[in-house]
Amino acid sequence: MSILPYLVAGWLFLAGCYGLATSRNLIHAVGSLAVCQASTYVLLLAVGYRRGGTAPVFSDIRPGSRPVVDPVVQALTLTDVVVGATLTALLLALVVQVSKRHGTVDPDELRELRG
Amino acid sequence: MTAAQLLPVLVAGPLLGAAVLVATGRWLPRYVADVFGAVVAGAASALALGVLVATAHRPAAVEWVGGWRPRHGTGVGIVLVGDGIGLGLAAVVSVLVVTVLVYSWRFFDDPPPHQAGAFPALILAFQAAMCGFTLTGDLFNAFVFFELMGVVAYALTGYRVDEARAVQGALTFGFLNSLGGYSLLLGVGLLYAHTGELGLAQLGAHLDAAPDGSGTLVKAAFVLVATGFLVKAAAVPFHFWLPDAHTVAPTPVCMLLSGAMVQLGVYGVARLYWTVFAGSGALPEAAVHRALLALGVLTAVTGALLCWLQRHVKRLLAFSTIAHTGLFLVTLAVLTPEAVAGTALYVLGHAGIKAALFACAGILVDRFGNVDEQELHGRGVRLRPVGVLFTVGGLALAGLPPFGTGLGKALSEEAAGGWLTVLFVAVSAATGGAVLRVAGGVFFGLGSPPAEEDRPHAAGRHRAGGEEQHEDAETTGADEPEETRERVTRAPDTMVVAAAALLAAGLAVGCVPPLWSAVSRAADSFTDHSGYAMAVLYSTGQHLTHSPAPHWSPAGVTLGLLSTVLAACGAWAALRTVPSGVRPRWSLPLRRLHSGHVGDYVACVVAGLTLLAALVW
Repeated sequence: MSILPYLVAGWLFLAGCYGLATSRNLIHAVGSLAVCQASTYVLLLAVGYRRGGTAPVFSDIRPGSRPVVDPVVQALTLTDVVVGATLTALLLALVVQVSKRHGTVDPDELRELRG
Repeated sequence: MTAAQLLPVLVAGPLLGAAVLVATGRWLPRYVADVFGAVVAGAASALALGVLVATAHRPAAVEWVGGWRPRHGTGVGIVLVGDGIGLGLAAVVSVLVVTVLVYSWRFFDDPPPHQAGAFPALILAFQAAMCGFTLTGDLFNAFVFFELMGVVAYALTGYRVDEARAVQGALTFGFLNSLGGYSLLLGVGLLYAHTGELGLAQLGAHLDAAPDGSGTLVKAAFVLVATGFLVKAAAVPFHFWLPDAHTVAPTPVCMLLSGAMVQLGVYGVARLYWTVFAGSGALPEAAVHRALLALGVLTAVTGALLCWLQRHVKRLLAFSTIAHTGLFLVTLAVLTPEAVAGTALYVLGHAGIKAALFACAGILVDRFGNVDEQELHGRGVRLRPVGVLFTVGGLALAGLPPFGTGLGKALSEEAAGGWLTVLFVAVSAATGGAVLRVAGGVFFGLGSPPAEEDRPHAAGRHRAGGEEQHEDAETTGADEPEETRERVTRAPDTMVVAAAALLAAGLAVGCVPPLWSAVSRAADSFTDHSGYAMAVLYSTGQHLTHSPAPHWSPAGVTLGLLSTVLAACGAWAALRTVPSGVRPRWSLPLRRLHSGHVGDYVACVVAGLTLLAALVW
């Protein structure tokens, strides 16, 4: 098992955090959050990978005849995608409202809540 | 039907109620929607309390949903575990939700047209998520409920979407909590990679079996998962979302956030440690103790300082929640059953008292459209009953016996011991004192009113130019949107009754000895690593030696009285001597750190993650 996917996952998480921290546009920030989330997809799928494995669907292969990848992490990833979609939709809706009420989507100009 | 089979109903019931409200809310008149919401929440709390009482002297109720039981100690089924602490928290959440729904009957006067069901539906979904989080015995489901709790809470925080500050606070809340959620999920992924399990009990059993392998991986997983929970718990430096969310959220939502949701983060860390990591050699007890103690002290001190410095009443209460979260973490760091019992009683008392204080602050919003301590100076004199409740809440927050917060504080001091006693007394006194200062100034007109030129001009303040604001970083409480159509002439009865009931509940926690012994028993089984695995995987109980039931000690009473007196003196001194609006210069860096900028906050979360890793290694 290669270590590369794990490094990619870590790099994606940090890249997303960097994007969030330096963002000048809230839509970009929501995108950066999605990049952070992509790291969880990569990690989960890497965990379930088996060399030479195929999809865990037993309609045309006999159980035990050849390796299959782990279906549990795929279910987890699918749940994670649903969570992410909900979240992105909600955050973007809030960004739309911020844009309407403040006339800007630049976090640097949104500083009323402080201290 | 056994008690265990009722556990899924605690999650599914409110969720179903929320779905019904969303589907039919368009045609329902408002009072029908509100009554329906309260009835569903009330039924769920009755059920939670019933199951709690029925299983009090028996091993934890365990339900494998759909009958997917584990075979030979492994399995992928979904499990709900109703042990004393988990079920107790579910009961607290449900009762608090009922109170909040009653409180909000008179709170929002005009829901958006054709959306009468929206608010109660969101609250019920929030209840389902919180109950699910407390009852789940599976780490991935904990993540799902964590995210559900989060998403509903962002929506509730930004409930008044046409208000500028509300959407901004909700957005900050959303970014930080989601980042925490992903950190949690990365940790879950690592644990699954290491063990091939997701259930808390199975994970624990697996780590026990291979005590010395892959220490680094196990530690990394603990750090990532704990970061997720600590973001929810608003431990410094993960706390930045909390004051912003509490400043802008409708007051009933603040009651739920501060009274229950934040504490669930602390619960998550404790549950994770005892079920998964307590038996493994890879994560030494000393490392966890060090991490929780350091973060707890940092959180308590920062929260208490900023609480004292606030003038926006809701923001002040939010920082007091952060300070108390710090105290909970400091107590838990001891990692003994006595510490868990002390924390549990402290959380119980705190839930009642803090929700009551927010309820009183909500009456101020209602009455004056303003929660700024200085602008409201002396204007609350006519709201005498509310003033009395607020004062009593402040005294209780400072740890006055026999309130539940006082008992929790006394037991926590006993468990933590040593120099930490000073921390408990100082932090309780500072947060209680800040509340008493507000009570004295606003409701009793004590001290000198702010000079005319210092009085911020309500309309122009926020647009007064960046320079001035950079100089003095603070959030004033002026310009609160009116949450009722007409400003009420006196406080509505339902709101006052809800606040009084919550205070009474906080008082009862410190006065009912059977509750103490029940909490002590629950704490014993909560900290029993192998007992949890036996109960979940093999449905067998384990005989425990019960620690003696906690009770008031003379030292605890004395220290409680001491911190109350200190709080009262501090409040009195602040009202007498400090000219209004002048805050010490040394506090400026700390206040500037709360810049209101999402990017800064995310950077702090990443720094906190690194700090936690350094503490654990």
